[in-house]
Amino acid sequence: MIWRRARYEAAGRVVGPVIASLDAWQRRRGRRGRGPRGGPFGPPLESVAKLKELMTVHYYQGRYADGAVPVAWVTSGFPVEVLRPLGFHTVYPENHAAMCGVQRLVPGLSDAVEAQGYSRDLCSYVRTDLGSVVTGRTPVGRLPRPDLLACCTNICQTVLYWYRALAAHFGVPLVLVDTPYVYGPEAKPHQLAYVRDQLEELVRVAEKVSGRRAEPEALAEVARLAKEGTDLWAECLATGRERPAPWTGIDGFFHMAPIVALRGTEECNAYYRLLRDELKDRVRRGIGGLREERHRLLWDNLPIWFAVREVATLLAERGFNFVCTSYTNAWAEAGSRIDPSDLIGSAADSYTHIILNQDLPNRLGILRRLARDYGVDGAVLHSDRSCKPYSIGQVDLRDRLAAELGIRVLLLEADHSDPRAWASQQGENRLTAFMESFG
Amino acid sequence: MSGAAGLGVDVGSTTCKAVAVDRAGRILAWRVEPTHPRIEPQVTRLLGALREEAGDAPVGATGYGRKRVPSGRALTEITCHARGAFARTGAAGLLVDMGGQDTKVIRMGPAGEVLDFAMNDKCAAGTGRFLEVILGRLQVPFAEVADQAARAERAVAVSSTCTVFAESEVISLVADGAPLEGIVKGLHQALAARVAALARGATGPGEVFMSGGVALNAAMVGALREALGRPVRVLPEPQLVGALGAALSVVPGAA
Ligand code: SF4
Repeated sequence: MIWRRARYEAAGRVVGPVIASLDAWQRRRGRRGRGPRGGPFGPPLESVAKLKELMTVHYYQGRYADGAVPVAWVTSGFPVEVLRPLGFHTVYPENHAAMCGVQRLVPGLSDAVEAQGYSRDLCSYVRTDLGSVVTGRTPVGRLPRPDLLACCTNICQTVLYWYRALAAHFGVPLVLVDTPYVYGPEAKPHQLAYVRDQLEELVRVAEKVSGRRAEPEALAEVARLAKEGTDLWAECLATGRERPAPWTGIDGFFHMAPIVALRGTEECNAYYRLLRDELKDRVRRGIGGLREERHRLLWDNLPIWFAVREVATLLAERGFNFVCTSYTNAWAEAGSRIDPSDLIGSAADSYTHIILNQDLPNRLGILRRLARDYGVDGAVLHSDRSCKPYSIGQVDLRDRLAAELGIRVLLLEADHSDPRAWASQQGENRLTAFMESFG
Repeated sequence: MSGAAGLGVDVGSTTCKAVAVDRAGRILAWRVEPTHPRIEPQVTRLLGALREEAGDAPVGATGYGRKRVPSGRALTEITCHARGAFARTGAAGLLVDMGGQDTKVIRMGPAGEVLDFAMNDKCAAGTGRFLEVILGRLQVPFAEVADQAARAERAVAVSSTCTVFAESEVISLVADGAPLEGIVKGLHQALAARVAALARGATGPGEVFMSGGVALNAAMVGALREALGRPVRVLPEPQLVGALGAALSVVPGAA
């Protein structure tokens, strides 16, 4: 145990950073002469190097986590703040699956679980994660075995069945935080009380698994960090309101990794301070995410991870930039209700009110607000074959947004990580026709 | 002056269309051929023939092969169909274009601009290809389709619009002794229902116009009229509407 713990610490503090900087050095060398990014895009963000380092170290350290510290696998919308003070190393299967998506590993991983009888109609994150568990294939070397599975239904019901399958596979406890769906602007007090009760029970289970006690000061400190991180991320996103926006929507998709996977830690916040300062500096100097920003768009739903660049480049070539996305914005809102003086109560409130747990009028309200705040003249609603809760209602959202705001709206059918559900030619055709309609 | 003001090519998945138009949007010459896998030589040949007949002019290109058209200005079929249709109608409305491998519904504004569009999703369900495959299977020649459908006492329901599943469904209907005419009619109804569902995603005022090769099939036009519950006006030379729009896109001052 002591040896494993030492190895885990060394992986995070020494070896991981060395590997990350070696990696960065190789990337710089490989890129020399070709010039960075280029094309229709503005100069790349300098912070990217730090982002890569942060995530490399996190995943590298993760390889040595089991046996050294308690390990929890958690859903993206889980109130992770409760687990941090107990020393859990957290793994986000969704974040890991997104990485697999970017690297186009999903068809292979999915085939492995489809062969076991899982349907291709399941969310591709589920298929990717279970496929990775079954085959051991992962782009990060190794994922640590969980001691605890932590699942919150505020993003979808699918996660429940997914985590049950994981619980059966690993034979470890599963804690479920069930968040009632919010109809109307605010959840009812009895609904919040119900979530709160579950969070209190979560603390007890997590204490048992970790063998530690959740001290109130430690909980308050993590809550403070999580709230600060959320606010910093919100500040980063808000720079997109400027003209030109200092970065692109795709930058946002990649830079969200820390707020998803490292929320409630000082490393996460330090990173976003760096990013925020750089973005504000670009705004001051008039540096845009695109060389020439002619049209500003809103993106709804998850990105198409395996085609993010393809889509962004096609648009950027004609001066279209995604200046805001409802997806990256979700992480600027989730933690905003966190209150360090009452972590449990405020986490119940916060995590019940995330975008996917709210009804259609609320979602329309969020899109409308984003469209206005960021001054967009069009929107692309990604109808994601995998993510039903995010995609349902988009036909109505499209009609409403177009009618109420007088903007052009395109419904684009794809999948966030399974390239088999994306017809590149047709997708390109639709996006091009959409751009042509701006005249 | 009767020389060409613009040449337009529409390289579709099934057929390749080329037109030469004058300043007023009148078609001076045209060609339609099955699309050849090697697009560039084919397009060069077709354009050469048009130039000989109507004179040289700038080229506008559309369709899936638009990027393979040498020195053509490339625009999507959606934009070109709307432009071509507007040149014919001069009115706002809903354009249903049914081609070989895609079907699109385009809502056009009063100036012929694209307000909104919807397309079939990633497969041949709801396209001309669907009819082609199944009718081929039933050995009904294209020339007889409309008559057969008109002769049917009642339609035999075909529930699938997936080309692959419908093929096996139709085979078993035939095996069960269902009348051929009824099946032909049922096929058109199934397809029309699918297109009508797509059209609901792009609703709006104005007439319903139809273009694309499938518009030459009277049975399909009838089925669509029934499914939409609105009159459907087939544009003149429906197959050429996309190429016409492409040609007009390079004529300065044209609609
Ligand atoms: S269905 Fe949507 S919310 Fe649920 S895991 Fe998949 S992507 Fe996430």
